[in-house]
Amino acid sequence: MVKMEHINKYFGSHHVLKDINLNVEFKERVVIMGPSGSGKSTLIRCINFLEKPSSGRIFVNGVELTAKKVSLNKVRQKIGMVFQHFNLYPHKTALENVLLAPILVEKRDKKEAEKSAILLLEKVGLKDAYNKYPSQLSGGQQQRVAIARALNMKPDLLLFDEPTSALDPEMIQEVLDIMIALAKEGMTMVVVTHEMGFAKQAADRIVFMDGGQIMETGTPDQIFNNPTHERTQAFLEKLNKIQV
Amino acid sequence: MFDTGPFALFKWEKLFSDWRIFAEGFATTISVSFLGLLLALVLGLIFGVLATSQFKGAKFINRIYVEFIQNTPLVIQIFFLYNGFPHLGIVLPVFAVGVIGVGVYHGAYIAEVVRAGIQSIHRGQLEAAYSQGFTFWQSMRYIILPQAKVIIFPPLTNQAVSLIKNTSVMAMVAGGDLMYHADSWSSNNLYYGPAYVIVGLLYLSLCLPLARFASYLERKAQMSP
Repeated sequence: MVKMEHINKYFGSHHVLKDINLNVEFKERVVIMGPSGSGKSTLIRCINFLEKPSSGRIFVNGVELTAKKVSLNKVRQKIGMVFQHFNLYPHKTALENVLLAPILVEKRDKKEAEKSAILLLEKVGLKDAYNKYPSQLSGGQQQRVAIARALNMKPDLLLFDEPTSALDPEMIQEVLDIMIALAKEGMTMVVVTHEMGFAKQAADRIVFMDGGQIMETGTPDQIFNNPTHERTQAFLEKLNKIQV
Repeated sequence: MFDTGPFALFKWEKLFSDWRIFAEGFATTISVSFLGLLLALVLGLIFGVLATSQFKGAKFINRIYVEFIQNTPLVIQIFFLYNGFPHLGIVLPVFAVGVIGVGVYHGAYIAEVVRAGIQSIHRGQLEAAYSQGFTFWQSMRYIILPQAKVIIFPPLTNQAVSLIKNTSVMAMVAGGDLMYHADSWSSNNLYYGPAYVIVGLLYLSLCLPLARFASYLERKAQMSP
């Protein structure tokens, strides 16, 4: 589904990603963890080319994004992304947020797109919020609209870039519950998060990053109970202290 | 007491009996302003959006246009169109010189207004649009510009005010506008006083409502989140 080969990324002279190699299989759930500044957001943003790698190759669904003359917009339509700060379109209602791209980008039938948009908003528990603007919704509600917006593109792959980091504590679970449900339905997901509970429940594999490198990968059980790298151990200890 | 002096009564009587000359100039000023504003809007929008794009060379082209136009006097640009272009084999009617002159000139300022408006919108908006497969121009049209317009409108209206006033530069190339007619009428009879007062009021009648509208938009923009 996703194949990253020898990805390097520089911001000026700052080497943010160092020779990243990562594969994500169809229907796999990969959680990326690591301290801030470790490059995890940059990595996930490379997958839909919001960041352009300085070198290396990326394939999504068999299409090489790093090739010249690739239709990025076509590929991106099938990669949903959920952002830390939601990034809903503030001048559009919740329903319009979910509808906009399917109608304008995919040119889908308006009635059909609206039907599925309504179903999706129901699915994320926002039946009564169709006509509300993002500013009228709580953070948790906005993030759920953002998930519905990504889902209405019928994505093959969903990217989550710290989806709960900007939320008040009491709203984190309502977003995580939806993500867990999606995982159970078999959605392919790459998730950058510090939520260990979610990782334990939903991840097939955890990728631990530090200093722009992948330090180790493994099942949640391996990483949480038998981390081999000392930096993974140190990070998890800190995380445990916070999240008990 | 109004028998002599620059504002003597008989001078006013003459002016009002020749009102058609001023009306004609006023009409020309309005049409040049309208068409010039249209041209300025189109240029400003295109170059303002180009300034924020990642296309190679787009920023460079934008800078050349904006810096070149903003840092030379409008009068020289008008003279260039009127006196220079014919040497290149392009003879423009003076009306077109006015429209193109103020249009290109204010287009450069509007481009900066549009650029600043776009750049005030959080980067995450463009990223969200890109992540859904919107192209750059689609993102601008449906996502960014509708949000930026609240910020763009007040300074844009101020540009419209400046544009209207600057059409008076046409008087220097016998442009047939309000200022030109006031000038030529009064240089025949030397009744400068009433002529300049009247055209001043006529410009004011166009610009003041627009300026009030601009500050209304500004207040409205400050109140909305």
